[in-house]
Amino acid sequence: MSSQALVEIRDVNFAYDSRPILKGVNLTFPKGKVIAVMGGSGCGKTTLLRLIGGALKPSSGYVKVDGQVIHELDHDGLFRMRRRMGMLFQFGALFTDMSVYDNVAFQMREHTDLPEEIIRDLVLMKLHAVGLRGTHHLMPAELSGGMARRVALARTVALDPMLIMYDEPFAGLDPISLSVVGNLIRRLNDALGATSVVVTHDVQESLKIVDYIYFIADGVVVAEGTPAEISTSDKPFVHQFVHGEMDGPVPFHYPSSDYGQDLNLRSSR
Amino acid sequence: MIVIENIRSMGRRVVNAVWRTGYATRFFLMILFYSGVSFRRFHLIIKELFSSGVMSLIIILVAGMFVGMVLGLQGYETLKRYGSESALGSLVALSLVRELGPVLAALLFASRAGSAMTAEIGLMKATEQISAMEMMAINPMARVVAPRFWAGVISMPLLSTLFSAMGIFGGYVVGVVLIGVDQGSFWSQMQAAVDFQHDILNGMIKSVVFGVAVTAIALFEGYDAPPTAEGVSGATTRTVVESSLAVLFLDFILTAFMFQGG
Repeated sequence: MSSQALVEIRDVNFAYDSRPILKGVNLTFPKGKVIAVMGGSGCGKTTLLRLIGGALKPSSGYVKVDGQVIHELDHDGLFRMRRRMGMLFQFGALFTDMSVYDNVAFQMREHTDLPEEIIRDLVLMKLHAVGLRGTHHLMPAELSGGMARRVALARTVALDPMLIMYDEPFAGLDPISLSVVGNLIRRLNDALGATSVVVTHDVQESLKIVDYIYFIADGVVVAEGTPAEISTSDKPFVHQFVHGEMDGPVPFHYPSSDYGQDLNLRSSR
Repeated sequence: MIVIENIRSMGRRVVNAVWRTGYATRFFLMILFYSGVSFRRFHLIIKELFSSGVMSLIIILVAGMFVGMVLGLQGYETLKRYGSESALGSLVALSLVRELGPVLAALLFASRAGSAMTAEIGLMKATEQISAMEMMAINPMARVVAPRFWAGVISMPLLSTLFSAMGIFGGYVVGVVLIGVDQGSFWSQMQAAVDFQHDILNGMIKSVVFGVAVTAIALFEGYDAPPTAEGVSGATTRTVVESSLAVLFLDFILTAFMFQGG
């Protein structure tokens, strides 16, 4: 991980009320790379994306994007920074009252003074890149889950962002759509010269497309490495996660009182 | 211990209510702050005028017609006792223009357009559309909330006027066409009794105030709804209940100021 960092996360702590989510995490996302952040549900992965996007403020530590500390930016500065970021939400978050075309054109119309003919060409190019140029007249409700995710991807890269964030991009997709979305993440990142952060718990798909992986559990980074290092890792947590084992450092049973006592098999005396 | 727990929960409820009132006030001020953007991009308001105003036309027109017809029937029955059937036109018109038009149109608007606004914004929040907009560096208050607010405020007096006009027509159909009240006295008494400033303008002011109240409540409830199916359904119910009560309460206050013994 020697190339210049686009995102630096240093000693970040974050808590919702008194419930700690992140406990002093350090991550670095170098320019041009696709990075995966993995971990079980509720381990703080999405919180990390919200911290990078400036939707949340760390309790301590800082998140730096392109040399600027996000939580020190004022409202206008944050919005200027967000124009250079793109985020794909878990289920696409397409605007349901707009057509596919208007969804992709949305940011171009809001943030640029481009004439409508140029916007039209750009929208069709973005949709072509995700293989859905023919759907521009459809409404989001008329798309399948995988298609909606790809349209959302076209919308995310509408303004050629320097940083693209993906929140569970593989959730609920069939195997073909999953592979298509995975390949698009890699191809778009390389074509745009962007940096991508993929928050996911889909190990097998991620191992195929990313350059580096961070594992988060209980609010700390428990392992990190290249896909090759991760797939051969013998760390118990990574092993359990990669191979989907039922029991291990993440226990099958939720903590409870003694089983025998609960079933009255032993006298309490 | 139970007493302490009760006091504690009461305190918690009071603190929550105060907090929510403050949040709602801030929300309302934010709408006003971001209204300039909406007026500069008036096509956003026009789009919302269609969904909240035009789409409410049918219910407003039909309800206005029936209310006017009932007023015609009931008014005739009462006025006949005193031999003043010819005053039917003024009775129907004054009742509608001063009270029934603004109030009933606002109640119907709250249940038809207000609930739709709450559900739409609540669902936009639940499906992360609002978050997506924020991440695109677009302020949802300026892009989503303010245009809907002004569309509601503009459409309310127009709908109320149409309600009253249809009501008067309904009163005419029942009173003049079906019962046989003299057409000339129906219209001339109405013309003589209804004052533009005292009756029509005050009625319009009422409907603007109701428009502000209903739309602000609907938008706030949608924006504040927990992002779950249960949260959105609860918020939609609250919109209808709170805005209906607000309309009736404000109507009393405004009537007390506008028509004190007049």
